[in-house]
Amino acid sequence: MSAPGQAGRAGSLIVRNISKRFGGLVAVSDVSFTVAAGEIHALIGPNGAGKTTTFNMIAGAQPPDTGDVQLDGVSLAGLRPDQICRAGVGRTFQIVRPFNELTLVENVAVGALAWTDDLAEARDHARGVLELLGLGDKKEARPSSITLPDRKCLEVARALATKPKLLLLDEVMAGLRPTETDRMVAIFKKLNADTGLTILLIEHVMRAVMALSDRVLVLNYGRLIADGKPEEVTRDPEVLACYLGAEAFD
Amino acid sequence: MQGRSLAFSGSHVSAQLYLNVAVSGLLTGLIYGLSALGLSVIFGVIRIVNFAHGEMMVLGMFATLVLFRALGIDPLLSLPLVAAALFAFGYVLQDLVVRRVAHLADHMQFLLMAAVAVMLISVCLMMFGPDAQGAQVSYGFDSFAIGPLLVDKVRVYAGVAALIVSGLLFAFFHYTLTGKAIRACGDNYTGARVVGLNVRRLYALTFGIGTACLGAAGAIMLLLVDVHPYLGPSYTLLAFIIVIIGGMGSLPGALLGGMLIGISEALAGVILQPSLKSAFSFGLLILVLLVRPQGLLGKVAR
Amino acid sequence: MMSRIIESASPRALALLAIVTAVLIAAPSFVNNYVLSVLIIVLYFAYVGQAWNLMLGFAGQLSLGHALFVSLGAYTSAALFIKFGVSPVVGVFAAIAVAVVAGCLIGYLGFRFSIRGVYFALLTIAFAEFTGIIVDHISWLGASSGLFLPVKNLQSNDIVNLRGSPTMFYYVILTLTGLALALCSWLLNSKLGLYWQAIREDQEAAEASGVPLFRYKMIAVAISSGLTGVGGVWYAFYYNNLFPETMFKTSQSVEIILGSVVGGVGSLFGPVLGAFVLTPLGEALTAATEGMHVDGVKSFFWGLCVAAIVLFRPQGLWPWLYDLLGLGPKREGKKP
Repeated sequence: MSAPGQAGRAGSLIVRNISKRFGGLVAVSDVSFTVAAGEIHALIGPNGAGKTTTFNMIAGAQPPDTGDVQLDGVSLAGLRPDQICRAGVGRTFQIVRPFNELTLVENVAVGALAWTDDLAEARDHARGVLELLGLGDKKEARPSSITLPDRKCLEVARALATKPKLLLLDEVMAGLRPTETDRMVAIFKKLNADTGLTILLIEHVMRAVMALSDRVLVLNYGRLIADGKPEEVTRDPEVLACYLGAEAFD
Repeated sequence: MQGRSLAFSGSHVSAQLYLNVAVSGLLTGLIYGLSALGLSVIFGVIRIVNFAHGEMMVLGMFATLVLFRALGIDPLLSLPLVAAALFAFGYVLQDLVVRRVAHLADHMQFLLMAAVAVMLISVCLMMFGPDAQGAQVSYGFDSFAIGPLLVDKVRVYAGVAALIVSGLLFAFFHYTLTGKAIRACGDNYTGARVVGLNVRRLYALTFGIGTACLGAAGAIMLLLVDVHPYLGPSYTLLAFIIVIIGGMGSLPGALLGGMLIGISEALAGVILQPSLKSAFSFGLLILVLLVRPQGLLGKVAR
Repeated sequence: MMSRIIESASPRALALLAIVTAVLIAAPSFVNNYVLSVLIIVLYFAYVGQAWNLMLGFAGQLSLGHALFVSLGAYTSAALFIKFGVSPVVGVFAAIAVAVVAGCLIGYLGFRFSIRGVYFALLTIAFAEFTGIIVDHISWLGASSGLFLPVKNLQSNDIVNLRGSPTMFYYVILTLTGLALALCSWLLNSKLGLYWQAIREDQEAAEASGVPLFRYKMIAVAISSGLTGVGGVWYAFYYNNLFPETMFKTSQSVEIILGSVVGGVGSLFGPVLGAFVLTPLGEALTAATEGMHVDGVKSFFWGLCVAAIVLFRPQGLWPWLYDLLGLGPKREGKKP
């Protein structure tokens, strides 16, 4: 089986001046950033800073009010989430959303069907992805019978099965034990190294952020307040201020 | 569902006819609105669509009929009694039965309520037989003349009674602590539990209030139409139409929708064929679902 | 694909399926006319229930207006037969076309305007009732006095014109039910089926995984309405009379979905099992309450039984029977 994601594939993301407003509340205001192909960027910030909304705009779940999102130089404007997925953006949901009545293989095969019409091939691919994420021995189980960390892995597996160029991970390490976090980090590092998969992750677990990211983006009140190397960002006074004393960085 | 025809005289028959029809349609519409309130309250708070709505209203009509026949009580006077009885019925039904299907899928809830509807029809059939029966009140054929308008007395009483009951309901939801607590449950179930509201009791109360509306509407409706066990489904569908047009969960919306449907059905009955008037309502429903699925006064779902 | 399903089924389940099939095929030779007429109704509801189940059970879209598709299929084929002498074997294609167009219209409006759940169900009710009232006013279709197919006493069965004995109708509906079952089992184990189930379980997650929601929901509605329309053709030629007053009604739609819900929504054999439980139950209640000569007793107990099943077997009877008879491995992680 071929590894998910393909070596040498691009996956560069350009986000230009996107904004989103809900009624009177500005959730995301004029945010721009770039993720170069093959890099791993983390998107951090306090709760309610607009991180998930930013993800939703990239993935097409909530079209931006203004601005534009480009994947490898091609605008994703006006595309539906399934089209953006097929264009090469895989995503996970912060609160896991498995297909509860389907087995793990079937869950992941749904993702693989984005690039193949052959159900047998999709299932084969799904088994491979599950092995990769350490769920190999639970392939025929249903999501309700596995643990939350495993369900988080399932969420990642389903997104990976779509063979994305760019992977959006929404707090997949939250609630994991440190050893499990380290395992996930290792998996993403390997995927990134082996296949050049570009990754943008929302994360509160700084252990993972520091270990993985080439760059860190910080959102606060819907605005981007920092964009730099992890060690620079963690010293940025404005970033420290928004985390109230920076206990999150311990 | 026009009960009795109107008498006309004078030269401007056409304009006068339409005006008269519209006014009587409006008054009937107020009863429709009250009945739809019952559906809306239950859906707005408990998120259950009461598919036995019409049958419960028919139950109210039969209860009124019994009181009228046995004790000679005027339907409008028996209204509080019937409403109280239907309240008790709704309270118990929610607490013993409906509560148990709250976590099930839409179609299971639908099927349970449909089964309740079938049982209610059956009970009415066993007790009263299949024929239409009415309550002939002494003022049944009187009418008020207001300028060019000639309106049935019963219809005026009916409309006014429906308005009063609706007014009481609004007051209850806006000015009493229990009413506010029920609205809080509807807005945020978890929040309501967190602040210590007895949600189970409030839900039962809500269902009871919803069915009490139906009892009241049924009592009033008996002034205008004869009752038979198979009347239910048409009232259920009518209430759906009204509630969707007005906005699911919006109380003023239900009343507004009721009046709109009352007038448009009455006019459609004159302009088109009477038998086509409900096609008109369904057409209106489809249009509203497509153009403004949240209804005229409904809020956009979050 | 079929081979894989058969491989995955336990020997016990296969044996049971084989026995039931054999009994059903042989049934007309050993049952009396009454039992045959009950079996015919059972199979009819198994068939239309399966068609409806495809939409809710597989693809997660609740229709409470499936009477519309039965009626459209019935009226189309009956009108073609009566007015133009078109054989139902040909007319069935027109019936499918009309039902599919109606289904796609409702689906298009519902899915394009994001009308979901209960609201979508109400939209389907509205369309069915609306169409019923319109047909009630079309004199060419018999309007409210009904549309009647000519009944002739034939010496032999005329399968081309679907005129003949109950036994013929029995085999026609048995074949249709078998074909629908095979089709559904094939669909369920295809890309289409997996996409439908993903939509049913979580539509946003499915969309994020590359499932084009609108297209796949439309396919579900189209297949479901088309299959139901075929059921309508059979209905018209079996009953020989069609009344808009009853055919388009929501109560008719409820009858269609009842078997599936009781048997188990989303399962392949649920609708069949449900029909086999409910129709005989109705007949038994009729027999039991006949002597009482009171209207409504039967329907009261009928309602009571349905309510009891909803309350005590909310997953339907099939999953329960499946475990009871040990037809396969217990489905772990699934609520009993």
